Amino acid sequence: MGKPMQVARYWRHFKEKYRLIGGKCKSCGQVHFPKRPVCPECGSQEIEEFQFSGKGKVVSWTIIRNPPSGYEYYKPYPIALIELEEGPLVLAQLTDVDPEEIDFGMEVEMVTRKIREFSEDGIILYGYKFRPPLK
Amino acid sequence: MRKPVIIGVGLTPVGEHWKLGLRDLAVEALLNAMEDAGVDKVDSLYVGNMASGSFVEQENLGALIADWAGLGNIPAVKVEGACASGGAAVQEGVKAVMSGLEDVVAVVGVEKMTDAWPSDATRYLAYAADAEWELFHGVSFVALNALAMRLYMKEYGYTEEDLALFAVNAHANGAKNPYAMFKKVIKVETVMRSPYIADPLKLFDASPIADGAAAVIITTEEKAKEFVDKAKMIEVAGMGRAIDTINLANRKDLLLLKAAKVAAERAYKMAGVGVDNIDFFEVHDAFTVMAALSLESIGAAERGKGAMLAKEGQIAVDGDYPIQTLGGLKARGHPVGATGVYQTVEAVWQLRGEAPNQVPDAEVGLTQNIGGTGSNITVTILRRV
Ligand SMILES: [Zn+2]
Repeated sequence: MGKPMQVARYWRHFKEKYRLIGGKCKSCGQVHFPKRPVCPECGSQEIEEFQFSGKGKVVSWTIIRNPPSGYEYYKPYPIALIELEEGPLVLAQLTDVDPEEIDFGMEVEMVTRKIREFSEDGIILYGYKFRPPLK
Repeated sequence: MRKPVIIGVGLTPVGEHWKLGLRDLAVEALLNAMEDAGVDKVDSLYVGNMASGSFVEQENLGALIADWAGLGNIPAVKVEGACASGGAAVQEGVKAVMSGLEDVVAVVGVEKMTDAWPSDATRYLAYAADAEWELFHGVSFVALNALAMRLYMKEYGYTEEDLALFAVNAHANGAKNPYAMFKKVIKVETVMRSPYIADPLKLFDASPIADGAAAVIITTEEKAKEFVDKAKMIEVAGMGRAIDTINLANRKDLLLLKAAKVAAERAYKMAGVGVDNIDFFEVHDAFTVMAALSLESIGAAERGKGAMLAKEGQIAVDGDYPIQTLGGLKARGHPVGATGVYQTVEAVWQLRGEAPNQVPDAEVGLTQNIGGTGSNITVTILRRV
């Protein structure tokens, strides 16, 4: 999959992927990530933007040894389900971490990193990854 | 409503079919099923397929397969629900017959996966996950199941060896199925020695990439008498289908296959049976942990006790909860969009008393077909007429 992809498909998610902005239901107060048009809790369509802190804890993780095409560069890489401080879970790669150190409940924080490239002339995708907080 | 019965089945062996293309496989299975049913024409065709556009650059499978099988100008469409496409196609065929709109319906499930490079196949399978919030981060389907496997082991205190028992059982049964991809008995050590593909999930915890096609012919009980004897009629007694969040991270309970639970409840209600009436279960063991979660979600085991059934030997053909009686996805093979139809064919064999690995006196069987990471699930209950 070396083909350049449409840039628009990626910039429309900049808020979520660069800044971890999700949604908050004005009716029931539930926060979600990513932002949805309809609240999964109460069905309300009154959803406002919500800025997550970027802090969270590892709920489960794996090391990807056979990635889908386009992601071979970082192989093997850790992927985790992270429970954000505000509640929702988010799936992301872990970075700046020794795979041996990863454990249930490990504290992590969001950072912006390169996710993948599309060949030499193609676009480069950036987005959130999570790492153990710097001391 | 009219009582739907399956009167014919057909299939190809599951494997790496280098010499056969998607249409060859589908047409072979379909014609076999029509021959088995003794019908030479059908009113419509439903094709279960997940990702032919990606794997072989071919969509519009309804037209392709009906045309090449010589079925004339009938209505024919593809039904897609990720790896549950086959189960969904069977249910669409049943609905058409029940409604009275169509009398004799053909369903074929087909997938041709080995024409793609393995890393591309991994990518195409991941299209069934959430493209923006899962695949974007480089996740594979195996990895999503590995996340669930790690949690399941932690939550209920199981080991990798415990889950390996599901693979051992599937291979023991698949060894007796001439249409299975792997006809080899394995041990727990075989699973444990296989390499990690997404820790703690190993190669032998996963079903293989494969090619294959399976087909069934559905009609009404009344109409069936024109074609076959009663012994060959298998009723589709109940069915249910449901979705869950496409993104695993958006689920409140990561270890409950809610879609399977809802689908099973619908199917039991329609068939008028409970889990205790089911003689065997063809559940979707794409990964060993999914076999455990499936047993729990359809009510065969309490929460956290699915893997106990394997440890207690209850999932074998002579146990109380036989599963994967012809090898399941793990040993029969998992040509994704065809799998639900393979499960249906195998259940029909069991209920006709024709299975190579027969469950004694099987009267009622259940198939459960999972699409995505549990995001789209079908449950179908079959019964002797
Ligand atoms: Zn709400």
